[in-house]
Amino acid sequence: MEKWSLMTITVLLGLIVRWTVSFGSYSGAGKPPMYGDYEAQRHWQEVTYNLPIKQWYFNTSDNNLQYWGLDYPPLTAYHSLLCAYVAKLINPDWIALHTSRGYESQPHKLFMRATVLIADLLVYIPAVILYCCYLKETSTKKKIASALCILLYPSLILIDYGHFQYNSVSLGFALWGVLFLSYDWDLLGSLAFCLAINYKQMELYHSLPFFCYLLGKCFQKGLTGKGLVLLIKIAFTVVASFAICWLPFCTEVEQILQVLRRLFPIDRGLFEDKVANIWCSLSVLIKIKNVMSPQTQLKLSFAFTFLTLLPACIKLTLQPSLRRFKFALVSCALSFFLFSFQVHEKSILLVSIPVCLMINEIPLMCTWFLLVSTFSLLPLLLKDGLLLAYVVTTLAFLTVCATSFSIFEKTSEEDLQLKSLSLSIRGYIPSFRAFPKIIKSLFIVSVTLMGILTLMSATLTPPQKLPDLFPVSVSVVSCLHFLFFLTYFNAIVLWDSRNGRNQKKIN
Amino acid sequence: MAAAGGSGGCWFLALALGVSLLKCLLIPTYHSTDFEVHRNWLAITHNLPVSQWYYEATSEWTLDYPPFFAWFEFALSHVAKYFDQEMLVIQNLNYSSQATVFFQRLSVIFTDILFVYAAHECCRYVNGKRPGKELLEKPMFVLAVLLLWNFGLLIVDHIHFQYNGFLFGLMLLSVARLFQKRHLEGALLFAVLLHFKHIYIYVAPAYCVYLLRSYCFTENKADGSLKWSSFSFLRITLLGLIVCLVSALSLGPFAVLGQLPQVISRLFPFKRGLCHAYWAPNFWALYNAVDKTLAVVGIKYKFLDPEKIPKASMTGGLVQEFQHTVLPSVTPLATLICTFISILPSVFCLWFKPQGPRGFLQCLILCALSSFMFGWHVHEKAILLAILPLSLLSVESPKRAGIYLILTTTGHFSLFPLLFTPPEIATKILLMLLFTVYSFSSLRALFRKEGRLLNWLETIYLIALVPLEIFCEIVFPLTPWKLKFPFIPLLLTSVYCALGITYAWLKLYVSVLTESVTVRQKAE
Repeated sequence: MEKWSLMTITVLLGLIVRWTVSFGSYSGAGKPPMYGDYEAQRHWQEVTYNLPIKQWYFNTSDNNLQYWGLDYPPLTAYHSLLCAYVAKLINPDWIALHTSRGYESQPHKLFMRATVLIADLLVYIPAVILYCCYLKETSTKKKIASALCILLYPSLILIDYGHFQYNSVSLGFALWGVLFLSYDWDLLGSLAFCLAINYKQMELYHSLPFFCYLLGKCFQKGLTGKGLVLLIKIAFTVVASFAICWLPFCTEVEQILQVLRRLFPIDRGLFEDKVANIWCSLSVLIKIKNVMSPQTQLKLSFAFTFLTLLPACIKLTLQPSLRRFKFALVSCALSFFLFSFQVHEKSILLVSIPVCLMINEIPLMCTWFLLVSTFSLLPLLLKDGLLLAYVVTTLAFLTVCATSFSIFEKTSEEDLQLKSLSLSIRGYIPSFRAFPKIIKSLFIVSVTLMGILTLMSATLTPPQKLPDLFPVSVSVVSCLHFLFFLTYFNAIVLWDSRNGRNQKKIN
Repeated sequence: MAAAGGSGGCWFLALALGVSLLKCLLIPTYHSTDFEVHRNWLAITHNLPVSQWYYEATSEWTLDYPPFFAWFEFALSHVAKYFDQEMLVIQNLNYSSQATVFFQRLSVIFTDILFVYAAHECCRYVNGKRPGKELLEKPMFVLAVLLLWNFGLLIVDHIHFQYNGFLFGLMLLSVARLFQKRHLEGALLFAVLLHFKHIYIYVAPAYCVYLLRSYCFTENKADGSLKWSSFSFLRITLLGLIVCLVSALSLGPFAVLGQLPQVISRLFPFKRGLCHAYWAPNFWALYNAVDKTLAVVGIKYKFLDPEKIPKASMTGGLVQEFQHTVLPSVTPLATLICTFISILPSVFCLWFKPQGPRGFLQCLILCALSSFMFGWHVHEKAILLAILPLSLLSVESPKRAGIYLILTTTGHFSLFPLLFTPPEIATKILLMLLFTVYSFSSLRALFRKEGRLLNWLETIYLIALVPLEIFCEIVFPLTPWKLKFPFIPLLLTSVYCALGITYAWLKLYVSVLTESVTVRQKAE
């Protein structure tokens, strides 16, 4: 069969799964007074449509910031405004100031779901398809398989089409950034990434690898000649694209400061709800929130984040390569997720999308990681009533990955990208060849554990003394996995660079 | 598609699992009144003694399937009580709690396992004349996708709600058994199937003639014609025994109770009109359309007196009782005769020029299609009866593949009016595109060397379905005609699809009849 028809089928499958998941419930459905993210997005349409731009981020009599105040960067606000114009055409009640609060109806749900699908179709899906079509040194079959796996990745579908958010927009822009960088169109790449940051500030998790890669590239070209020109061009692009996005807010300094305050709410604490990061897991043992002052917490989390992402970033700056850039995206985002301040459980998507990009290189580990990332969202999804969609899409994803990459057969050291690491371990323990076996059995144990925990969370009621037993155990288990993956990805980046020449020879 | 690697039957399992998961995702979608029909049957069979099953009439959706299906509902109801007791109360009309929906949908998904098994059996017996190719281009793989991911079955069973999956499973399994020369098993399966849903009686002639000709007569003469002396009484007795036993098991209890006339009257409601509310795209749709056009033209040019024209025919296309104005009205007997005549050539062909199981399959498809074309009160869903078996032939020859593409695309398109709620419009279009893109590209890849599968006229006809859909679903609701002539989209869809299906039927008929001639010439 031809490549284009296979790609069409892949995209159609992705779309069908997305659309059918969207029949399910959304966050805060029928739960007054606060509802959930669905209401937040609708409320932003209401606010942006009815209020002048100067009031969007300010607490006024018409804009109660306590009730889902706008706390995303300007591009999100513009997107809401655009949706609001369409909503106005269909039914003005949906965005009427004040009176539309908590509006829910079937047609409105359909409209909101459709806006997500359209945004996804315009930004994220094309980026995935182009990325997979232009993968180097890959057979058509592998390209299609990667596209299928990436498009069927459950978490993004469940969060965007179930829970309700527009993550595919910011992640899609970041993906466009990666795509452009891999074709040496550095300026377009930086533009796309700036758009991503200006859509969701969480994209800052990816900013260091982008920065280090581009900086390293400038260094490579020589900071006195071509490199300097490139650096200036990039800097100009970044400043210009930020300026354009923020133009309406540039009238007063107070405006900009207020937006920034809304974007980075430092007073909201180290973590909220149950997140699979280190702070939340540690607080099972020590109540960090009570032991330390918020300022210390902030410093501590900053220090840890910085230390853990340092190695990968330094390697990337010194020896920039595309492969290393992708790995750095993963490990930096993962460090941020595990150690930084005020992390949401949904932020795991920022780690997952770069992992998706490597699924054709290390299928087993990537599938594993992606399964864990979906599992870490389980408490949230249960709260939203998306259990069925969660189980079905996860099983579908596992089936697709297992059959299209035959992950269980590809467990040699090369397939796991651990060749150079085990070579250097063999320098101390000559007979060390255990990686494939260890990884394979760990995978099976972990998948079984996740299955059992899912089953228990879904069916059992927790004992009265420990009402959060299941969410907490899900978080802790996922957190342990993520720590393991952090070591794994960092090990690849570090050993890869040290033995870079050896690897080339072997290949 | 998913299974690019893997070995042996792994890809088949992946395909089956994939489609089952998709079916699970369709659980919260819209369901039609058929959902309530089956809920009601669950309640009837659960609460009442057998003697009351065919008399109970609290709901308008009375039990009108043969006894085996009633027993099937009876068995299901014993699982249903663990989900929600309330759905088993006869008086709870239109009851659809979440647990009820969940149970009913899951019961369809689980009984589909039989269909999956049948598809697996069929795939084993498809002509794998070019082995060693890439998996995606093996006839086996293509057939598996065409059967398992069939668009019509997906939307009729898993959105609209019916239990066709396992019934078609029984049919395909019996076909597969005949291919394997396990004739008695095939006959048994078909007899059982008939007592599950009697619509399959349309293809019974093919079974009768084939079993009689190729099983009861053990030998042929050298020129391929019948050798009377080889008739085996043992075999026909066995066949007769099977049919009688199955019938006795099914209808026996009702015969003992003296309820047979009541059961029969429930099973064959001839009081309904010639066409269903939405005209199935068959010969009668064309007939009605011609009649209507003639009436309109006649009134305009004063050939007809508007006073004398029956009212119903002018106001609706949605009216059940459709009275013809110009052309003679059609009686059930007339449709029966038409059906009989149209089936006859294919049956003769099967008798006089037997070509083994493949000939039988062709005859079966022709029977299904002919009765779809001329039957009384045919449902649009009945087209699946022809589409699914034709899938088996489509991967074997480019000619059949061409016919298959026309028939499936138009047939599936004609199912569109089944789903009309806004969220499902997107679902049906996406699913249809998925299946159509796959069937076209895979069959074209399969017969790459044989050239084009469709000629330009057929291509244009099929492409025109796109503007038709856009007109019916998007443009028309915005026009002022929406209130005055609400039936126009349905009318257009059904007449346009009727053209394609008639064409495919004729083409298949001609190719089967002419091919059998060439086969005979070769033999000579």
